[in-house]
Order: sequence, then C-alpha cells, then structure tokens
Amino acid sequence: MKRLIICLVIAISSFSYSQNCNYIFLGEIKDFHDGTPIESATVHIIESDKYLISDFDGKFKIENLCTGTLTLTISHIGCETKTVSYTIENDVFKVISLEHHLEELNEVVVSSHLKTEGTSIEQSLNKADLEKYTDKSLGDALNSVSGVSSLNTGNTIVKPMIHGLHSSRLLIINNNVRMFDQEWGDEHAPNIDINASNKVEVIKGANTLKYGSDAIGGLILIQPKRYVAQDSLFGSTMLSLNSNGRGGNINSELIKTYKSGFYGRIQTSYKQFGDFKAPDYYLTNSGLKNLNASARVGYRTFEKGFDAYYSVVSNEFAILQASHIGNVGDLVAAINSREPRVIEDFSYTIDYPKQNILHHLAKIEAYKRFKNLGKLTVQYDMQINRRKEFDLRRGDLADTPVIDLRLFTNSLQSNLLIDYIENLKLDAGVLVRYQQNDAVSGTGVSPLIPDFDKYDASVYLIGNYDLNDSSEISAGARYDYTRIEAEKRYNLTDWNDTYNYDELFPQFETNDIDNSKILTRPEFTFHNISANLGYSKQFNNDLSLFVNYGLATRVPNPSELFSDGLHHSAARIETGLLTLNKEVANKFAVSFEHNNQDFGFSISPYFKSINDYIQLIPVGITTTIRGAFPVWEYNQINAQIFGVDIDINKKITNRFNYKGNLSLLKGDNLSEDIPLIHMPSTNFTNSISYYNNELNQLSISLTHKTVLQQNKYPDYNFYTFDPVLQEDVYVDISSTPAAYSLLSFNSTVSFKAFKTGSLKLELNIENLFNTNYNEYLNRQRYFSEELGRNINLKIKINY
Amino acid sequence: MKNIKSIKTIKLLAVLFMSSIAFVSCSSDDDDHDNHDHEEELITTVKYTLTNGVDFVTLEFQDLDGEGGADGTYDISGPLTANTTYTGTIQLLNETESPADNITLEVQEEGDEHEFFYTPSISDITITKDDSDVDGNPIGILTTLTTGNAGTGSLTIELIHEPTKPNDGTSANAGGSTDVQVTFAVEVQ
Repeated sequence: MKRLIICLVIAISSFSYSQNCNYIFLGEIKDFHDGTPIESATVHIIESDKYLISDFDGKFKIENLCTGTLTLTISHIGCETKTVSYTIENDVFKVISLEHHLEELNEVVVSSHLKTEGTSIEQSLNKADLEKYTDKSLGDALNSVSGVSSLNTGNTIVKPMIHGLHSSRLLIINNNVRMFDQEWGDEHAPNIDINASNKVEVIKGANTLKYGSDAIGGLILIQPKRYVAQDSLFGSTMLSLNSNGRGGNINSELIKTYKSGFYGRIQTSYKQFGDFKAPDYYLTNSGLKNLNASARVGYRTFEKGFDAYYSVVSNEFAILQASHIGNVGDLVAAINSREPRVIEDFSYTIDYPKQNILHHLAKIEAYKRFKNLGKLTVQYDMQINRRKEFDLRRGDLADTPVIDLRLFTNSLQSNLLIDYIENLKLDAGVLVRYQQNDAVSGTGVSPLIPDFDKYDASVYLIGNYDLNDSSEISAGARYDYTRIEAEKRYNLTDWNDTYNYDELFPQFETNDIDNSKILTRPEFTFHNISANLGYSKQFNNDLSLFVNYGLATRVPNPSELFSDGLHHSAARIETGLLTLNKEVANKFAVSFEHNNQDFGFSISPYFKSINDYIQLIPVGITTTIRGAFPVWEYNQINAQIFGVDIDINKKITNRFNYKGNLSLLKGDNLSEDIPLIHMPSTNFTNSISYYNNELNQLSISLTHKTVLQQNKYPDYNFYTFDPVLQEDVYVDISSTPAAYSLLSFNSTVSFKAFKTGSLKLELNIENLFNTNYNEYLNRQRYFSEELGRNINLKIKINY
Repeated sequence: MKNIKSIKTIKLLAVLFMSSIAFVSCSSDDDDHDNHDHEEELITTVKYTLTNGVDFVTLEFQDLDGEGGADGTYDISGPLTANTTYTGTIQLLNETESPADNITLEVQEEGDEHEFFYTPSISDITITKDDSDVDGNPIGILTTLTTGNAGTGSLTIELIHEPTKPNDGTSANAGGSTDVQVTFAVEVQ
C-alpha cells in the first residue's frame, strides 16, 4: 500500500516535471525502538512556518514544494524534539525516527522521586543537599541518610557505612567508574570531591549487579548532571567559611552547552582547614588541605554520544598528634586520661603524622543506539591512587613515609541495553579489569600491603519486566572471575610456626630466604556467582512496595589476606590471613513507602545473613622492643545483621515542615554468640523547617540528632602487665561511649543578582550547644572528643 | 561548524589524555621497582653496659625480626655488686644491617625530642642521667647507677619520643610516645 502511494506520487510528479514548485514530501514518523508509527506528532515546516499533524499511520504529506532546502521540526508529547533538513530536488519519501522513551530524559522531566533502578530501595541527595556539605566529605554528606553512618579516623577521614558495613563491602560508583582507593584499611577514605557531582544515590537493597558482585552493604552512585542541548554558558562559585578549623572551601564550575549536543564542564575546588577544636581544647594536628579539579567534555544526542571525564583529587590530612602512641601502656594512658596527650594552640601547620593522597580518575564512554535493538555503551576507565602515610620518625627517615602505595586500576566494560521489546528491558554486560598495587620502595618499613596484580573478568544479565502498569519485576545474575598474584616477604617464624603456611601453602614459597625472611608468591583464584531478584508495586493512595533479595559474594581483599605490621596511629599490629575464604551474603530488604504532598513515610526493614564474614578483632598481645602491643587479626565467622530504617516527612502548615528518621540495627556474630564489632548504634533525627518563598526563599531549619550508646558490643578488653608501674593494667579498648544529642541550625536565603544570576546565602551552626561527646565509630575516640561548635557561612553565586 | 567543534573536542580530549599520561609517568619517578624493600629501619637491639672500672655488666635485648615473628631474647651477663657505683651507657642498634646501624646517634642528635627513662623495681638502686640536650634537659644515654643492698627485681628502660621536657623524671608523667620499652630481670648481690 505504502509503495503504491509512493509510486503514484512519483508518477504524478513526473507529469508536472516542468514545474519547479510541485514536489511532494512524504514523511513517516516512527518510534526509534520498535518502529511503531507515531500519531499526532506536530510537524513544523520552518521555511513556510506552517504546521502539520501526522495521521494514524504516523504519515504526513507536504505538497507544492520548490527546489531548495526543507527543514522540519517534529515534536510529540513524551518525545525528544527532532529537527531534520532535506534538499528537495525530487519528490521525497523519508522515515523519521523519534525517541519515545522518557527515562532517558530524566533531566528534562526533572523529578526528585525518579529512581535509577525501578525495583531498588534507594535514597538520594540532590545538588542542594550536597551543597550543604561543600566543605565536608562524601561520608559526612551521606551520614544524613537513614541507615548510613560513617567510620571515622578523626573528623576528616570519613568512610561511609551502610547498615554497619563499609570498605570493600560498599561499592562507590563515581561517574560510572568504580572507585578503588579506600579498601585497604579503616583509615582509607574515598577520594571524591562532592562538589564535582550533581546527585548522590544510596542503594541499600537492590540492583547492584551491573556494578559488581560484592555489594554486601550496598551501593553509592555518584551521578553527574545531564545537560539540555541548547547554546548556553553558565556557572557558579561557592565560598564557605567556618569558625571551627578557621578554614573553608571555594568551589567554581563553568559549563558550556551547545544546541548540537556538545557540552563541556570544568570545576575546581580548594579547601583548607587548620586545627579543629573540641569544646574544650584544640585538636593539635587535625587540619587538612585539598585541591581538586575535574573536566568533562561530551556529545550527547539520542542516537549516539560520548563522555570523557577526568578528575584529580589531592588530599593532605593531618592525623591527630595525640593518636600517635608507642605501646599498650600509652594506649591505656590515653584511654584513662580524658584529654589528648598533646594540646597546643591553633595552627594551620600539617605536621606528622599525616596522609598525602593523590587520586587520578579518567574515563571515556561512548554509546550508540541501534534501531529495533537498544543501546550499546563501551567504557574505558583508569585510576591511579598514590597514598603516602607519614609517621613520627627519627633521624634521616623523618620525611619518609611509612606507607607508600600506588594502586593502578584499569577497566574496560561494555553494556548492551535491549529495550525494544515492550515491557521488558535487558541489560547484558562484560567487564575486564586489571589492577596493580606497587608498594613503593624506600620507606624502610616492610609494606603493610604487598605488591600484587589482580585480574577480574565478569559477565552479567539483568532483566526488568513490567508485569502491568503498577508492578515491575527484575532479576539478574552475574559471574565474576578474580585472580590475585602477590609477592611478599614473611618472617620465617610466622610462615613456618605461627601460621603453619609452610605446610598449607608450600607452592607459594621461593628459595629466596635472607635475614630470617622468606620471599613468597601467593596466588589465589576465585569464581563468584551473584544474583538479584526485585519486585515493586505501586498501590493507590501513593503507596508503593519494594521487595528485594540479593546473593552477594565478596573475595577477601589484599589487606585482609596480606596485612602484616604495625599500624602506628592505632597502636596495633594487624595481621592478614592467607587462609581466608570468600564471603557469601544473602540479603533481604523490603520497603514500604508513601509519598504525597502532605505526608510521606518509608519503612525499610532488612536482613543480611553473611557466611564467612571477615572481621578484624583484637586477639592478644605481643611483646616488641617498644613493649606490649595488641595484635588484631582477621578471622571469619557467620554473621547476621538486621534492622530497620524509618523516614517520615509531614507538612504541618504551608510554611512548616517536619522531617524525621530512625535507624535501628543489630549485628550478631553467630559463630561465637556475641555482638559484631563496630556496629552503629540506634540513632534518630528530628528536623523542623520553615520556608517562605516570598521572603527571598527564606528557609530556616532546626535539626536534632540523637545517637544512643551502643550496648551490644563484643568485649575484647584485657589486662596487661605494666613493667613501669609493676602492676597489671586494664586495657579498655571495647567499651562504648555514652549517648549524645546534637542540635544544629540551618538557614538559607536567595536573591536575584545581575540579569540572570542569583545569589544564595547560607548560615549554619553545628553542635549549637558545644556539647562534649565521643562517637563509637571514630577510631580516635580513645584520644580526643569530637568537634565543638562550628559556625558556617556560605555564599553561592550562580551566573 | 559542527566539524570544527568536534575537532576542538578531539583536541581537548587528546590534551586530557596526554596530561593524564604525564601524571602517570610523573608519579613513577621515585619508583625503582626493585621489589626488595626489606632494609627496614628497626631497633633490634638495646644494650645497657655498666662498669665500675673493673667489672662489666651488660643487659641486652635483641629481636632481630622486629615486630611479630619470633619473640625477642634477653641476655644479662651477670649480677650487679651491692653498694657499687657504675657508669652506664645505652646503645640502640639495628643489627639487620651490616655493619649494625647505631640508632643512639640519631637519638643524641635529636636529644631535645627524646629521653631515656630508667625505672628499677628495687628501691635501693638509683640512676642519674649524666648528659643533656641543647636546652640543658637530660637525655639519658649516659648514666650513673648506684646499687644499695642485695636484692632481686627488674629494671625497665624506656625511650620516649617527644616527651614533655623538662619533666618530673618519671615516664608516666612525661607524655610522648614510647619507642622502646624493655624490662630486664636484675640481681644485686
């Protein structure tokens, strides 16, 4: 039929060959994905400024065209508007594909309730939330989300923790790149400048298979902004000043976008703080210096595009001087005296001990859509993490780090999204990754983490199926292959006697033995299967239900396998075990949510059963030339964690809003029938806010956060003989600090500035009453109290 | 126009990647890839030598493989004589190096940041420090030890890094962090 019409049209037009303005354009508008005709699309003929509407078959006809150019702008509800241009010399028939899928255009639709993964349990922080934390870390920002806490080393090194799990049990995905920089120890925080991101999502229970098999705790997705294709140049500068630490942050970004789909963004931030202050004293040597920059260029249309991203984060963190201790006697003295050992006046100097970290991240991603199939994305990314940890040392080695590691990670991955079948979306992907750790020589200390090479290869398949208009089901499976090849020197007595490795792993030995040390080449291969099943249902009355099951498998990381040595700031010797097996977790999570303008809540209970959970616990004392030291060893037990996160928001009046959240969690070591170590205690937040749009968008809020004492902790306290005092002393390393409550104040106001810009002012006060408190999840809780009052002023200019 | 833009983008990309390569190569400057990083800065040996001009008594602690591994060993050459004054010298060595590295010299150089403390459990033993740092405070490398009546007990020797100086002479009140703490069984006869 179609052909007949065309033939007819051509036949007719050939009769009128002599006339110049008698050409006919026949168009057919189809959906890009499945080729179905699009009815009632608006066709705007630019040259003649006329409008047409496509018919039931998606067709339209333009008659009496002259030789020349014909430009059409085709728009349809829910589609990306498309402009096409043709040269008219004959009669023409063209098929024009329009994109009819909304989820790819999130930025245009702009919705705060849009979930990245339809069947997942997730919460997000948008740009405005993130701006509150411009001079803080990712861990601090996430701490405001229910169920998320942080493991701190002082107040600047902050590791996010979801449901009590951290480090390599959490995947941190920055710009679609999995971060590798924070896994080798409690004091390794993620090197991410939150100013470079637009949105951070916390996925507690769900579809994490696309990113890895080992998300036992969850997933943190850091997302960049997508820009609308239009010619524009804009940017912003934000300055933040703080009374505590007498420092702040300056961040600037500039964005250029083009109508063609090209875009570019540069961003840079600088942060500096001096010594922070607890309510009663300065925390000597606790400042920091950060310099970050990122650049992004890309081209984005519906059919194809690319995105190139590069970021560098340079961090220098001072480590509280009082936390550098020599032996268990010093530790006891620190625990028993309520004040830090060293208290000096305020200073910006960053002295030893300290950390210097430089993290480079580069990625390039390209995608293309194929008709009647889907979208293929290929990405290459690279990271270099150089970590230097300096301690207080003597003589010539004073300026030499005790830990100097360089981790180089390289990944190539591709994902094929198949979405042409109605109601079904499939994601299939492959990944190969190579990682190399170089324990840079010259430190004069045997490296805590040895040289190793790690190879990964993975495949996955995830399907999302819409059962009906209100419910969706997702299922996926992933296979991972991991190989670790390391090179490490062991003490002969440790290798042969303490751990019996000479009998367990004779194949790792080499003949290279000197100075009572043996060179070994441990090699491990792991095969992992992980899986996911999710279901979501939307009820009437704005109610929705999410149900999730996940099987996650985590390979022991190199610090768990190979750590061997003294961690000065913790005054402990940490020992890895070559006999560690992989961790296997079964996770169940349910979330019941209600969302409307006046009242919203979400209740999310979860349960995690983890077999062969790897933990680091104190196991005893060893005598060294420095005296007695606690030894912390990795071991494996069966664990279970269950808890519930509750979020409530209620509109009291047009101007007043209430928000609250509560996190309850219980972690058990089933093998020994005791609680798990380092589990966050029950905490809840209440916040009341006032907002007035007419008064320059004035917003004032008061937030009250209470953290209860953790009463369920394993008791690893012990006695040790102090030769100086000639008596046994009690080493109380397990008892938890008391409950605390903090009040904070936040206010913002916005003004119009210049022609198109705006000016936003923000005043915050944290720890309003200058409360003295300690946090159980801070590794330095033995040595000092947490921060006192801080007054913070922010100025943001949009242009 | 579009072409020009994409050329610009490609150029920009090229610059980006060149710079990242430059960063990579920069950061590898100090890496010699010898994979034999086992020349550790350790204190393996504490040797306290006492003499009254005629007899020598040495108290020695040695732990050649550092923290972890095999336990350290104590070697005490003999008993001290009652009611005698000894001149004492302490030595810290790293004997994993050949020849052994004398770490006492570093302690002496940075005398204002270090102090040795001697704590006997026998009350008749008194120890005085005979040397001083740039500020005139004791370091404790050179000492005088005087014994009283016969008895048995212990002598704990500590090296404190960054102690409060001056202090009351006890390590418990000197703050700082402990670099060395060894306890010898001593006998006075």
